[in-house]
Amino acid sequence: MEFALIQLLNALQYGLLLFLVASGLTLIFGIMGIINLAHGSFYMIGAYMAFTLSSLTGSLAVAMVLGVVLSVVLGLFLEWALFAHLYRRDHLEQVLLTYGLILIFEELRSLIVGNDVHGVTVPPMFGGSIALGDTMTYPVYRLVISAVCVVIALGMYLLIQKTRLGMMIRAGASNREMVGVLGVNVNLVFRLVFALGVALAAFAGMLAAPVSSVYPGMGQQVLIICFVVVVIGGIGSVWGALAASLLIGLVDTFGKVLVPEYAGVAVYVLMAAILLWRPEGLFRRA
Amino acid sequence: MAEPVLGAAGLTRRFGGLTACDDVAIALRRGELHALLGPNGAGKSTLINLLSGDLRPSSGSIRFKGTEIAAMAPDRRSRLGIGRSYQKTNIFPAFTVFENARLAAQSRRPRPLALALDAARDPDSRRRAQRGLELAGLDEHVERQAGALSHGEQRQLEIAMVLATEPEVLLLDEPLAGMGAEESVRMVALLKRLSSEHAILLVEHDMDAVFALADVITVMVNGQVLESGPPAQIRASVDVQRAYLGQDGD
Amino acid sequence: MPRRLIAPLAALALVALFPMSGATFYVELTTKIMIMAIFALSLDLLVGWTGLVSFGHAAFFGVGAYALALLSPRAEAAGLWSSLGIAILAAAACALVVGIFVLRTRGIYFIMVTLAFAQMFYFVFHDTDVGGGSDGRYVNVKPDATLFGFTPFDLDKPYQVYYLVLAVLVLVFAFLQMVLRSPFGRALQGIRANEQRMRALGFPVTAYKLAAFTLAGALAGLAGYLLAAQSGFVNPEILSWHQSGNVLLMVILGGAGTPFGPIVGAFALTMLHEFFSSITRHWQLFLGGAIVLIVLFMPGGLGHLARRIRRNLFGGARDG
Repeated sequence: MEFALIQLLNALQYGLLLFLVASGLTLIFGIMGIINLAHGSFYMIGAYMAFTLSSLTGSLAVAMVLGVVLSVVLGLFLEWALFAHLYRRDHLEQVLLTYGLILIFEELRSLIVGNDVHGVTVPPMFGGSIALGDTMTYPVYRLVISAVCVVIALGMYLLIQKTRLGMMIRAGASNREMVGVLGVNVNLVFRLVFALGVALAAFAGMLAAPVSSVYPGMGQQVLIICFVVVVIGGIGSVWGALAASLLIGLVDTFGKVLVPEYAGVAVYVLMAAILLWRPEGLFRRA
Repeated sequence: MAEPVLGAAGLTRRFGGLTACDDVAIALRRGELHALLGPNGAGKSTLINLLSGDLRPSSGSIRFKGTEIAAMAPDRRSRLGIGRSYQKTNIFPAFTVFENARLAAQSRRPRPLALALDAARDPDSRRRAQRGLELAGLDEHVERQAGALSHGEQRQLEIAMVLATEPEVLLLDEPLAGMGAEESVRMVALLKRLSSEHAILLVEHDMDAVFALADVITVMVNGQVLESGPPAQIRASVDVQRAYLGQDGD
Repeated sequence: MPRRLIAPLAALALVALFPMSGATFYVELTTKIMIMAIFALSLDLLVGWTGLVSFGHAAFFGVGAYALALLSPRAEAAGLWSSLGIAILAAAACALVVGIFVLRTRGIYFIMVTLAFAQMFYFVFHDTDVGGGSDGRYVNVKPDATLFGFTPFDLDKPYQVYYLVLAVLVLVFAFLQMVLRSPFGRALQGIRANEQRMRALGFPVTAYKLAAFTLAGALAGLAGYLLAAQSGFVNPEILSWHQSGNVLLMVILGGAGTPFGPIVGAFALTMLHEFFSSITRHWQLFLGGAIVLIVLFMPGGLGHLARRIRRNLFGGARDG
């Protein structure tokens, strides 16, 4: 029973982290019509920022604040320099350019930090474990991750439902042509959404770093799972991404326990089943 | 009266809260040109899309020679003998004029397994393509790139492609749109010739053309059929004049 | 002789005579490039001619390669003709099944879903013992080409492998050219240009796409088989998403939907790789940078650039 509870908490934490990465990805797809293969790299960059900045400053919290600021700047810059030129191009060129970006980011990572696996220490404040039942304990930091993710998800809900930017995001996700018709500054909306997506992915990487450690190739792993999330949830749907992330968290976590050899395959089988049932995803549009 | 080749009853299509096509009945007969009139947004294109299979109805029935086809995919309906043209020119601009028609003709005898056959030399599809192009009056431009044709010629090619599939029913969505006077005259003559051998549904804004050509006219407003009958009946209808013709100052 | 055939025939002659130089390292490298060229040609049938951007083509390449590894007994040779047939059929069968799922989607979705399915194949070979897990598996003894008591070539000899692969490349190229001219191929090009119109004309578009997907998968399996036969080794990296990205890169850089583009792309990308990696360990930085610049400033890829140059040189009389 306690074992199942622990797995459930793990599934929740994994799913919520996925949501942070996938929500940005799905918005960028839905609003800008761009397929961004480099989105996983932002997760990787976040994790490596957590590692380098926390060893420089001695505090993960400070590293995170700095990291979020830097990733927003990175997002604004990339949108301005590269992605703004891709909106009217076909998917093939988007794939090509963002694939090139992955190579650049991975190689820069290798140049700056190297190819070793690094651990990131959990902040001492959250270092302990709490008891679950009589025999089991659960690390506090994992609970903190889930809690922070829930707060961010709530924040996104408020942003999307209650603000002017959110209104444009909703309009854009349901009908991309609409944003232009509304007479708003489309370029600004795109730039902000892109930067938001980069920041969310990087922040997820920072949060995850103490649990998963940082290693080469971590970005691509997340990217492909996030594609599955977007396919299951439906392009452009933030709440679809949330539901799909949690579903994948459950399938992956319990898959690893029940059928360890086939856990890697399980989420893809789930995706295949959803494709047969609802090829457009669980939630069509936000 | 002859049995309809293509008939619909109770045909309804909703988009969210909007009912674009509301309980529509229509019957197309061989040798009859049936014109569809109505202001913009009346549901004319939706009706054509429902009959061709590009859209699925929310409810209602569509019968082709007695067979229910409302759930059938557009490619199967085309193979049954229902051909359509599009309101916005919908051709293969990078191919030659002849290849556009030849590809259309190929759909009747697709031969997907004849991998060693040079499609461009397949006599069967060439013959059908040639016939379609001749009927549509385009047989002089066969080697030109379709995208380089004038707008009117592209509209003719659109018709030639449909004819190359040798359909029994023609669903034509504004074939005269954007055509010059001379081109229009030729197209009207073509439609007249075709109407004896086919069942035609014609969506058209050009009143003169419609009243000159049509055997039956159906007027739609707000997704519903307002009036349907021979041209004289439509001309005399008070409802139609109030709802539609009056606005045009006719 | 038509002028547009001069360059390809000259290139073919060069490749055919090249082993005379006796540089075994480069003979083996060129063999690998030609295998990748076959792989890229198979993908271009989808990307360039049918308009299906698959980011998961390595799955079928990998299935072909693993088929040979799994069919080879530890200390004996597998029969080349039977194992080749099984490898191609297995790859085709996998492509057929995957195609049924992925062809329910289009556009961006299709790119993502093909990538995800390929990753599923990767995990099957990486996580389970089917093909030796992450360590992969050796083909200890190269397959035996004996047919009715006659052995036309010996796969242990790099130079013979070279000419075998060259012959397969020429055959695959000729086969695809034939297919593209056939009614089936013309229909695929129609689908690429305007899918909705093809459907309205009466073509069962999804069935055509599925046939193309299966055929492309079978040819990718053939390429994968050749890779396993040449290198004598398979591991999950063969069907990793990097492999899918790499071959897609070859197609796009060479010029998707052009007859020679995928072959040019395979040579160009591998040369680029060799060149950069001889200068620096961090060659991917330059490759990535080059790709980004190409997309920003040279839409259409190298093939497009080559055509532009040719037009400037020859006055544009013939344009591929």
